[in-house]
Amino acid sequence: MRTGYDLELVHLTKRYGDTVAVHDINHVFAPASYVCLLGPSGCGKSSTLRMIAGHESVSEGSILLDGTDVSGLSPAQRGTAMMFQNYALFPHLSVRDNVAFSQRMKGVDKATRHKKADEMLDLVQMSSFGDRLPAQLSGGQQQRVALARALITQPKVLLLDEPLSALDPFLRIQMRVELKRIQRELGIIFIHVTHGQDEALALADEVVVMNNAVIEQSGPPREVWGAPKTEFVARFMGGHNVISLNGHKVALRADEISLGEAGLPATVVAVEYQGATVALSARTEAGEEVFAVLPEDAFFKAPKSPGETVSLAWDEGRVHRLQA
Amino acid sequence: MANSVTDMAGDAPPAQPAPAKRAGRKLSPDVLGWLQAAPLSVVMIGFLLAPIVMIVIVSFWGATEFSIYPDFQLDNYAFLFGSEVTYRVFFATFKYAAITWALTLAIGFTVAYFLAFHVRSQTMQIALFLLCTIPFWTSNIIRMISWIPFLGRNGIANSTLIDWGLIDEPLEWLLYSDFSVILAFVHLYTLFMVVPIFNTMMRIDGSLLEAARDNGASGFQTLRHVILPLTKPGIMIGTIFVVTLVMGDFITVRFMSGSQRANVGRLISNDISLLQYPSAAATAVILLLTVLMVIGILLRFVNIRKEL
Repeated sequence: MRTGYDLELVHLTKRYGDTVAVHDINHVFAPASYVCLLGPSGCGKSSTLRMIAGHESVSEGSILLDGTDVSGLSPAQRGTAMMFQNYALFPHLSVRDNVAFSQRMKGVDKATRHKKADEMLDLVQMSSFGDRLPAQLSGGQQQRVALARALITQPKVLLLDEPLSALDPFLRIQMRVELKRIQRELGIIFIHVTHGQDEALALADEVVVMNNAVIEQSGPPREVWGAPKTEFVARFMGGHNVISLNGHKVALRADEISLGEAGLPATVVAVEYQGATVALSARTEAGEEVFAVLPEDAFFKAPKSPGETVSLAWDEGRVHRLQA
Repeated sequence: MANSVTDMAGDAPPAQPAPAKRAGRKLSPDVLGWLQAAPLSVVMIGFLLAPIVMIVIVSFWGATEFSIYPDFQLDNYAFLFGSEVTYRVFFATFKYAAITWALTLAIGFTVAYFLAFHVRSQTMQIALFLLCTIPFWTSNIIRMISWIPFLGRNGIANSTLIDWGLIDEPLEWLLYSDFSVILAFVHLYTLFMVVPIFNTMMRIDGSLLEAARDNGASGFQTLRHVILPLTKPGIMIGTIFVVTLVMGDFITVRFMSGSQRANVGRLISNDISLLQYPSAAATAVILLLTVLMVIGILLRFVNIRKEL
């Protein structure tokens, strides 16, 4: 099942008094894509999500869903649904009634809405928990119920506000597989706000990196990680060194660096054995810290200790010049 | 406890043999538990249980016009249940309680809702909340009596209405009537409704309201399906306050009705002023049982334990 809905943000701006939370962003979310809004806290990603959801008013600009401006509509009229960070399940209602809540608000009769709710619970594999109260569920189960409650409205866009942050690491990985599966099955846009780049890389068809109220870079995860455009993106995505070469800032992947005969001279600061790899940090003569991830066998052929001098070498073609 | 004993011993190095001795006389956890509960128990037994037991005992005593004597007879109860006045007065008491409850709930819920969900800044919330408590800075009786010059036949209310040409004659039912009694009750006790309801409302997670909106609930639907059910424990606590206060009251009814209306409290106070203690005690026992039954019924509806 595929729907042709796309979502477009046009000159979207959010101000709280004098502070600008989101500054004039433009972006098109492709139909049926899984998009991660990624950035540090306070970068404007949550405000953007809440504006799309309709829980925050738009200061300027518009939100186009399938070509129509929805920025003046109420959350339920827009065809978006939101999954809240703390799940926001109604504590006094059973799981089934939580899922059926939107149907009840529409005045759907009990039998029909319960049937529909059970179908949704099936989708998230929670059908045997319909009669429980939210307090009787684990975090992961509550999350599934919240997902079912959001999906029962048949949204064109599902908005997820840091959905995995409250889960333990094991469940987090399990849930993200689940989210991806459900997104594929439904073929709608998922916009997932997160501050974890591993989560974004694992899930997203498109990663949108935000910082200081603007979009720094967007694109498929491999592109964003492999070719960061700015120093912020390079540092935030991790695994990159940002160093000055010939007066320009460049990004260089830590795993692209090797210890050679000739190259950039540097002094080893620390060595960390990580199993398959060895992480080595060294300080160049310019005082910049460079981080290298070396294959274990290559490193132990000629091991280095802190204080020793090494030459850092890399393939010239792998250096990315960053925008100033 | 064992730890603190060793700690204390550790602080006093010269007295080495003492700790061993003390440890030997260590109290068993059972005894310790009883001891810890003892101070409150003594207070409760002395000031709550003993007086009630006393009232129950006296309710079986006998009385003549000029004396009371210890006895075990059911005359007081027989007279109470045999008199038609009792039923009328109990009915009036329930009527006051029900009407006052409905009005304080309506006003209290509205005020609490406004404070909790419409006032955004916390400073403002606290300021407005304190404003609500200002009437409590004076005594009950003064607050009550101050209605009299306002509501009286030539009081402010009547003269203003006449000045405005809305009425030609003073309204008789403003003072010394059920109206003035209930008005005073509502004035005195609405805050007891506001406080617990406000308290429960403040605990409602704001994202629940957003989730309701996200699911297409209108403002009223959110109120009906989310806020109201989650506020029930607060409503119940407020209800218990108001119902017990109104049912046990006698002074408000006396002042505000000009001694023309009666409730159970006045029945008791009249008996006492005539030195008919056994009869007063019997009425008090019945009133106590009635109030306990009402609370028992209320508690069946809502579990307030999670609020305490």
